[in-house]
Amino acid sequence: MKGFYVLLAAVALIGGGVIWYGSRGAPVATPAASAPLPVAASDGFKGFTLGADSARIEVTEYSDFECPFCASFATVQMPVIREQLIATGKVRWRYRDFPLPSHQYSRYAALAAQCGGEQGKFWEMHDQLFTNHQWAQTGKNPRSLFRDFARAAGLDLDKYDACMDGQRYAGRIQASVQEGEALGVGGTPTFFVNGKRFDGHPTSDAFKSLVDSLTKQTKPRK
Amino acid sequence: MRRRQTIVVLALLGLLVATYLWLYKIGVIGVLQCGTGGCEAVQASRYAELFGVPVAFVGVAGYALLLGVGLVGVQPAFATDRRVELALAALATAGFGFTLYLTAIELLVLHAICRWCVASAVIMTATWVLSLADLRRTPSATP
Repeated sequence: MKGFYVLLAAVALIGGGVIWYGSRGAPVATPAASAPLPVAASDGFKGFTLGADSARIEVTEYSDFECPFCASFATVQMPVIREQLIATGKVRWRYRDFPLPSHQYSRYAALAAQCGGEQGKFWEMHDQLFTNHQWAQTGKNPRSLFRDFARAAGLDLDKYDACMDGQRYAGRIQASVQEGEALGVGGTPTFFVNGKRFDGHPTSDAFKSLVDSLTKQTKPRK
Repeated sequence: MRRRQTIVVLALLGLLVATYLWLYKIGVIGVLQCGTGGCEAVQASRYAELFGVPVAFVGVAGYALLLGVGLVGVQPAFATDRRVELALAALATAGFGFTLYLTAIELLVLHAICRWCVASAVIMTATWVLSLADLRRTPSATP
């Protein structure tokens, strides 16, 4: 009987040690990154947009939901840009996914936003992911948090879950990454204004100056 | 007695596996060591929760119960106690049924295999077989 308890203690010690050691290993791919892409991979989707179709200037943003600079831009600069440039019809803003491989959950976050977009609430999920950016600093599995964000964004959770489980838009995200790479995007956020790379410091003031300058040069669309 | 001791060891192993998955699920462990990536796909799916409770926690509770009952059962005073046999068989049967359900979800719905879940399934199946064998042993009177 004593031998049995010794064996039990050994199993507990070794098992506990293995769990502890296993939790310290190198990161593995997130669900979105590791699973095969759905068949309907790249569907020609060119990103979610904000603003009028008739806007003469289009800004394309390549962004990563886990990137702190992107979060800072989204929460500090973007509200002003929305108010001054997008709501006024001067600019149409296009969001493109560019999840960096160094970020463990950015692809998963991009999926969550895409699944929000499926229900017409991409920007609501976008705002949730960037405004509550603490999830990106913990390194913890954000699945439950993202569901809370989806709930707060007003998504139908059953549909959201089905979308996430099937990784329905993994192909779109990958296509967006490839498109960004072809354009020379290497970090986030990276902006293109009417197709030309914007290399300035991305502030609302800088965009406003550029847009004002371009507006004077650009003829209205017919 | 040897069967029950084996059940206790298996329950402890299952408890360790379930605890690992549960710690991952609640975010204490940021990275799941899996190899195939299937573990995260399974753990991030909607089926990883049951009525809002992580399935891994159900596993922790189930294996803890099995371990507790098993430890009682290996005490000489309870060696022939029919209630222990019945409790072990009931718990293991419930666990085995749950394991079948989860394995079916992995194979038929998610099309992803989590190695840790497979390990748990093997442990639970072995526990179930041993508990039934223990039950079929000589029916003895309760002291």
